[in-house]
Amino acid sequence: MPLSLIAEQLLNGLQLGLMLFLLAAGLTLVFGIMDTINLAHGSLYMIGAYIAASVIEASGSFLLGIAAAIAGTALVGVALEMALLRRLYQRSHLSQVLATFAVILIANEIVRMIWGSQPILLNMPSALSGPVELLGLRYPAYRLVVIGVGLMTAILLYLLVNRTRAGMWVRAGASDREMAEVMGVDTRRLFTLVFAIGAALAAVAGALLGPLLAVQVGMGDNILILAFVVITIGGIGSIRGALLASLLVGLLDTAGRAFLPYLFRQMFPAVIAAEAGPAVASMLIYVLMAAVLYFRPTGLFPARG
Amino acid sequence: MRNTLYIPLQPWPTLGVVAVLALLPLAAATLGQPFYVVFATRVLIYALIATSLNLLIGYGGMVSFGHAAFVGAGAYTVAMLMPAGVASAWLLWPAALLAGAGFAFLVGAVSLRTRGVYFIMITLAFAQMAYYLVLSLRVLGSDDGLTLGNRPSLGLVDLNRDTTFYYAALAVLLAALAGMRALLNAPLGRALHGIRDNETRMEAIGFATYRLKLLVFVIAGAAAGLGGGLLVSLNGLVGPNLLNWTQSGVLMIMVILGGAGRLLGGALGAVLLLVVEEAIAEHTIHWPLVIGVVLLAVVLFAPQGLSGLMRRRA
Amino acid sequence: MRRLISALLLSAMALLPALTTAWAADKVKVGFLSTLSGPGGALGIDMRDAFLLAVKLNGGKLGGLPADVNVVDDQQKPDVAREAIERFTKRDNVDLITGMVFSNVLLPVMPTVLNTGTIYLSTNTGPEDYAGDKCNPNFFAVAWQNEDIPGAMGEVMNQRGLKNVYLIAPNYPGGRETLAGFKRFYKGKIADEVYVKLGQLDFAAEIANIRAAKPDAVFFFLPGGMGINFVKQYVAAGADKDAKLFTPGFSADEDTIKAVGEPMIGILNTSQWAADLDNPANKKFVAEFQKEYGRLPTMYASQAYDVALLVDAAVKQIGGKVEDKEALRKALTEAKFDATRGKFRFNKNNFPIQDYYLREVYKDAGGRITNKTIGKVFSDFHDVHAEKCKMK
Repeated sequence: MPLSLIAEQLLNGLQLGLMLFLLAAGLTLVFGIMDTINLAHGSLYMIGAYIAASVIEASGSFLLGIAAAIAGTALVGVALEMALLRRLYQRSHLSQVLATFAVILIANEIVRMIWGSQPILLNMPSALSGPVELLGLRYPAYRLVVIGVGLMTAILLYLLVNRTRAGMWVRAGASDREMAEVMGVDTRRLFTLVFAIGAALAAVAGALLGPLLAVQVGMGDNILILAFVVITIGGIGSIRGALLASLLVGLLDTAGRAFLPYLFRQMFPAVIAAEAGPAVASMLIYVLMAAVLYFRPTGLFPARG
Repeated sequence: MRNTLYIPLQPWPTLGVVAVLALLPLAAATLGQPFYVVFATRVLIYALIATSLNLLIGYGGMVSFGHAAFVGAGAYTVAMLMPAGVASAWLLWPAALLAGAGFAFLVGAVSLRTRGVYFIMITLAFAQMAYYLVLSLRVLGSDDGLTLGNRPSLGLVDLNRDTTFYYAALAVLLAALAGMRALLNAPLGRALHGIRDNETRMEAIGFATYRLKLLVFVIAGAAAGLGGGLLVSLNGLVGPNLLNWTQSGVLMIMVILGGAGRLLGGALGAVLLLVVEEAIAEHTIHWPLVIGVVLLAVVLFAPQGLSGLMRRRA
Repeated sequence: MRRLISALLLSAMALLPALTTAWAADKVKVGFLSTLSGPGGALGIDMRDAFLLAVKLNGGKLGGLPADVNVVDDQQKPDVAREAIERFTKRDNVDLITGMVFSNVLLPVMPTVLNTGTIYLSTNTGPEDYAGDKCNPNFFAVAWQNEDIPGAMGEVMNQRGLKNVYLIAPNYPGGRETLAGFKRFYKGKIADEVYVKLGQLDFAAEIANIRAAKPDAVFFFLPGGMGINFVKQYVAAGADKDAKLFTPGFSADEDTIKAVGEPMIGILNTSQWAADLDNPANKKFVAEFQKEYGRLPTMYASQAYDVALLVDAAVKQIGGKVEDKEALRKALTEAKFDATRGKFRFNKNNFPIQDYYLREVYKDAGGRITNKTIGKVFSDFHDVHAEKCKMK
């Protein structure tokens, strides 16, 4: 197997991992601080992608589209938090799952009413629609930009959580909510703020992935599950855990798809390899998750002691 | 207030409902609408599946987010056995039941070590594993699913007749409900109730809570597997969609709509959801919006579901 | 007590619509089941629009009878399709069913359709299952057999001297039959044969593997949004400079061209139809479609339009007596109508005998990117499975 192929697939895995992190970061904070399962996080990702697609189509500017997606989705997030999530913080996980599942159904249909059932096919900015040479490897420029933006956002978020006062509240809230309240943190405002940040990060992921995938109704449903896998592996509430688990899941998933069928062909007869390779590859991350939970029932980096 | 330890049987209303359900195919035939017999059969099967999930969520406090996987286990078992020459429902349906139970044993044995939200997530992970397994294995039909030419045979009666199948499904559902009632009235049911309310206390008293929960998890998986077997026998086809996580979500919706922790909660929820869907899907493609709004309203304002609402009024 | 009664009320509600369904034999009832949402939705929408256009141009009638077309979305899911078929056959008693796009939706539900004796006219997929020994008098494939168009492309690639081709298609019957059809005619070496999940949209891993395999050319069959993303990502990775793309007409038609733009120019593809085919029926169809919907029609649209023309002709021929299924079937097999693709007749398996063309995507004088016909690959082509069919 040529080295350039391995390098290219690693970059692909990195790209997937970073996008998962953008989704997982908001999810794990909401989960960790408010102890709330929010299935509607995938809908925020979808809404971000749709806003980006509409604004890019209307204005022709990719940057403007991303900015609008961030602002618009953060607003939707704030509205959602104030109208619904707030009522769910004290409720059981079952109620949270069902109420936010209802939000998925509602959001999908509202998006369908506004934008129709047809996927919106968004083009990459023309300057980025070709390949770039990278140490003798030809790699799509757009995917490199996605990796770059993902890395930058991850660093920014890390600094925000670990180096600022707001971040300190967030960490305090995640590890011990009551204690944080006693220490004078306005949890009500903190919750809204955290939710808005989570929504904005999901919107960035949606806007960036829009041109690579397709902007369509229900696009958040499956990637949401991947994000849940990430935060469960990483340990609910932990940003560090989410980052490491995202990269792990992104790399493992891509490597599994790219190399497992090849590996199996070396090890087993062709008939078995053709069956088992893709099957094992697509189950890999769920096996990882079950294994992690079996040995560490609260994930790799539990935020609470 | 309610008393889940002892579920009394109300003979007259029960007989009344059974009588009406028994006459339903006749009504459909009189109206020249055989389609609704098949539809009603599907409702009965989902009532069985939702009832099994209700046992977990409502009575056992185990919020499983992967129940669709057990339905799938039963469905695929039947779909694999029939082309291999097994035609009798007396063999196929028990096999579906066993498949559901066996898979539930594996999943439960691992998952029940975790608590709370991690339990929700790990059951989801196992269901996704099953989903991707089915999706990628060509012997299981991968994306295309599996198609059956005929319905299984049930000895003297012909299941290929929609009406006969309807009665078979009705019999299974009634037997399952009776069995669940007996189970909950038995000491096991009381213990389960105790575990749901305070697991640590029950453990301290000396109950083998893990084993008890696993047993109930397996029973629920078995019933779901049987439901899957019935479903594929009725439809003649099964695809990976049946195991998708949204399907598990739909089953949870049924339970909560009908009323978690009520004997008929699951059944009632299945009827409600499927009938509403059938009635509005014809008029608008946006019918999930209606379901979503109703679900949201129920979660926020009537957490006891439909049966809770009715009890309050009564 | 109350809860039990309410369960009954709900059951009764389900029966209500039954009371309001009226019987009427004075119209043609068509069940149009198609994929109208998701990544494959553009295909079904083009078919629906074309079918309804044909009915509209015909004054709302098919064969002189008012046409009652009931359009339903199958969401590309067999279980959804299955329930819709049950409604069509058992509740609405439709005369004909048509419109499905994908073979993995069509195949699981077809036994139900055929068992009830309902006629199915395929606007798109023509699976091997019903072309050979299991051919059925109620099943009409109006578009093509799944192997025909890719077979034509295999022939073209032989002629162009391509010796090492990489194949990629979705893992569903349509995808597998497409590659089988290609391999039946293509004589060179196959670099690799890869199947992806139907509906997959990110091809980063596959494109990296293609590049590592260093083929002469890539033959891909990825319907709907899949193909759009594949071409975009393939070009973005710069892979088109090493190995050119070849495809059946599905992934190089107006829907893909509109979404991808410039990178499509120069892609060769095969089809039984093209917008520039010179016959009066086609000229009218292309002009009217553009007028009505403001876009150029795809081959999918032409296929559904032809189905409507066929039904119109057949119903007319039997004087509107659609309840006489035997006569209707016979009239359909004789197929006396002017198809948009020109010459058209049914083989004994109710699959088409027709010509296949080579098209190339180019930029026309007005700067519009579209297909032009550059040659004919097969004339009066019979699909390979027909000889196994015992009908007639």
